[in-house]
Amino acid sequence: MSIVTVQLGQCGNQIGHEVFNAICSDVRGTHGLCSKKENESYHDACKERFFSEEEPEVPVARAVLVDMEPKVISQTLSIAARSGCWKYDDRSHFCQKQGSGNNWANGYSVHGPRHKEVIMNLVQKEAEKCDRLGGFFTIMSMAGGTGSGLGAFVTQCLRDAFPTSFILNHVIWPYGTGEVIVQNYNSVLTLSHLYQSSDALLVHENDVIHKICAQLMNIKQISFRDVNQVIAHQLGSVFQPTYTAEGGLHYSRNPLGDLMEALVPHPEFKMLGLRNIPQMPENSLAYSTFSWPGLVKHLRQMLIANAKMEEGIDWQVRPPPLGSFIASSHSTNKPLHFNTSIANLVILRGKDVHSVDLGSFRDPSLYTSWLNPQDAFNAWKTPRAFNKYEKSASLVSNSQFLLKPLDNVVGKAWNMFASKAYIHQYTKFGIEEEDFLDSFTALEQVISSYTTL
Amino acid sequence: GQCGNQVGCRFWDLALREHAAVNKKGIYDEALSSFFRNVDIRSGGDGPDIYKGKICSLKARALLIDMEEGVVNEILQGPLRDVFDSKQLITDVSGSGNNWAVGHKLYGYRYRENIVEKLRKTAEHCDCLQCFFVIHSMGGGTGSGLGTFVLNLLEDEFPEVYRFVTSVYPSGEDDVITSPYNSVLAMKELNEHADCVLPIENESLFDIVNKIHQMINSGKLGSTVKQNSMVTSSAGSAKSVQEKPFDAMNNIVANLLLNLTSSARFEGSLNMDLNEISMNLVPFPRLHYLVSSLTPLYTLADVNVPSRRLDQMFSDAFSRDHQLIQADPKHSLYLACALLVRGNVQVSDLRRNIERLKPSLHFVSWNQEGWKTGLCSVPPVGHSHSLLALANNTCVKPTFIELKDRFMKLYKKKAHLHHYLHIDGMEQSCFSEAISSLSDLIEEYNELDATKGGPRTDPSRLKIAV
Repeated sequence: MSIVTVQLGQCGNQIGHEVFNAICSDVRGTHGLCSKKENESYHDACKERFFSEEEPEVPVARAVLVDMEPKVISQTLSIAARSGCWKYDDRSHFCQKQGSGNNWANGYSVHGPRHKEVIMNLVQKEAEKCDRLGGFFTIMSMAGGTGSGLGAFVTQCLRDAFPTSFILNHVIWPYGTGEVIVQNYNSVLTLSHLYQSSDALLVHENDVIHKICAQLMNIKQISFRDVNQVIAHQLGSVFQPTYTAEGGLHYSRNPLGDLMEALVPHPEFKMLGLRNIPQMPENSLAYSTFSWPGLVKHLRQMLIANAKMEEGIDWQVRPPPLGSFIASSHSTNKPLHFNTSIANLVILRGKDVHSVDLGSFRDPSLYTSWLNPQDAFNAWKTPRAFNKYEKSASLVSNSQFLLKPLDNVVGKAWNMFASKAYIHQYTKFGIEEEDFLDSFTALEQVISSYTTL
Repeated sequence: GQCGNQVGCRFWDLALREHAAVNKKGIYDEALSSFFRNVDIRSGGDGPDIYKGKICSLKARALLIDMEEGVVNEILQGPLRDVFDSKQLITDVSGSGNNWAVGHKLYGYRYRENIVEKLRKTAEHCDCLQCFFVIHSMGGGTGSGLGTFVLNLLEDEFPEVYRFVTSVYPSGEDDVITSPYNSVLAMKELNEHADCVLPIENESLFDIVNKIHQMINSGKLGSTVKQNSMVTSSAGSAKSVQEKPFDAMNNIVANLLLNLTSSARFEGSLNMDLNEISMNLVPFPRLHYLVSSLTPLYTLADVNVPSRRLDQMFSDAFSRDHQLIQADPKHSLYLACALLVRGNVQVSDLRRNIERLKPSLHFVSWNQEGWKTGLCSVPPVGHSHSLLALANNTCVKPTFIELKDRFMKLYKKKAHLHHYLHIDGMEQSCFSEAISSLSDLIEEYNELDATKGGPRTDPSRLKIAV
């Protein structure tokens, strides 16, 4: 089954481009560390998922590029084409001249309806190119105007036009100390709207990735390109082909569906966090060896202690002993900082992957009580190494990972809303105070749900 | 007016210089089309617009207005004559006599149709009109009076298009006695009809010019300044010999406008368009006065730039002597701040400096982390990187208070009022409304200042029934 990627706004297009780069370079790489047959299966599965076979030599990405100003798309298209490894379909993009002015209302209420038909036509065309449509993957930031506002509108349109397809939104959380002053308003409006139409929100925080670049990748002068490449690597580690069943003979063909089934049992809980280890500069890869038990142990502790990366993990945090659950919905009995999960998915790629023991992730004390531990945890594997890492482990988690960031954003937005600052900029385009209140209410509900896990 | 046209002239000259430095192949591209039309003049006269391909003849998307002919004529006889469309001019003979009422009421009425028609013409040549820049001075008669009349027209005829106004405010020693009247009358119009105002004070421009002179003449060994890098320089432009004393000062303003629009014209990893500036920096409609600063003022030749120098650029942007009005943002209250960086600067440099400078700045309680940032890859001519800082800060208040005081000094004695009141359409109420508008604005800034340093009580959040 194929995934159609919709790249929205400057951030969405810049990241989308790096994602296809990472996927392509992984597939073409000679570090698969597995049999030729395995490699070929992997290659074929990946191709089906992300590329269409229009031109024999150069695969064409299954993507629609949307932006309200022309510069980024024009750059993205030309850089991709120049790579010689893959390209975008020349007709599969739409842009305007004005931009959205970092205004969610402009993106949602003005650009959305105005350009709905053109954009959905492009999406329809890409969907039709797929033998079987597995769903949509949208990439956007919450902070600006196009990715956030137009992105929320497009997600709604996707839901209306494709009611049975899976929609996964990749959402970029901006730096805490602004890239955009009204980013908290835009974020609140985006998240509350996406929650209604999307199946799940997969989140990357700029602050976290920035730290990874600084501390793990040793990059001195970090650029957005560096940040985007780390994000692309992490996404690739989730979306490249895997076997979802023990002893499966074929690479899974329904990645989005499998993801939803594994991680989103309840529509109230859609916030997914992502961790990937190990991460290091490319020139260190050859000198590093890791053991699976070591990686699994670190990943588990990162989950429990809500660590953002593999350095600075708090090893003191422990899950509460089983049997200490009280029937009330308050989590006062849980130790501080312990990150409760609803469901987790671990993805392992590389050498000796079948021998890995993941029992520690099945520990019921990690999870909230209302799911069977059997159902709460899933593992996908492939012996085919990813992106030059001999061993690579990813964790996609539906847990309290994003509770604090969400609470922060809502808090700051509320603080600004109380003073009514900037509201006139939104009402100008048809988003009223009541709309803000609805969004705040919706998100406080989500926060409350995750808090009382 | 005179000021507007002289600054404008420098702007177009430096804009051409900037694009020439980047556009090596002579192709008419998107960046150029933001400011220039490409006109086919081969058939003689003004031909049709050419939208792609080689540059034929570039015409500025501009309307030049002055009620006396001297300044505009000089521009049209100078090295930039071919850049301006001869039909995009409105001039008269006698000038406005430094009288806002003459500019606004008399000439406004007389030239209304003409102005609207010419505006429509320029707008038609744009496939997507985003913004108008109005450049004028506040103290005189034409720029101030007719200029604000045009501002009104722009709002009426093109309500969706942003109006950015660059206003040169008179200094205390201004030789035009009635400049306080003109400025306050114009302020009311700016309050009500501009989206963003960038106030400029001659004193600040003058200080910057002096600072650079001192630097050059200090004769420090090993520190030769790159000629074309000075924010005051015309080097490399069509008019490289600076005859007029105001040229250096006007170049600063021209560079301000170039930097402001750089991210809209050129690519970068985090674009910042003009509508984003208005969106992020104007929390309440009337509080739209932005204090600007440009750094660095010049680049030294033959010197490698370690990151310490880069950080110095950020520090300088917040220092008193780099602001384009007499103001000290560091000791006043920030409502919002925008940083537009050009050149070889990455997001980590930006973040490091924001973290470093944040503790010494006071931000309003509801916008503690209110930073808007932009990264444009193309540096200005002569620099490897540069920074434009725009602050919505209560430090504009003293400028407005002084203006009010100077106004009241005259108004109390009814000095020169008759020159205004005998103009058709001008009444005493125009004066009282104008000063009232200014007073209200000052009061809004006062209220904000009162919150500075006070205890912070965050409003309580919505409670959800579990």
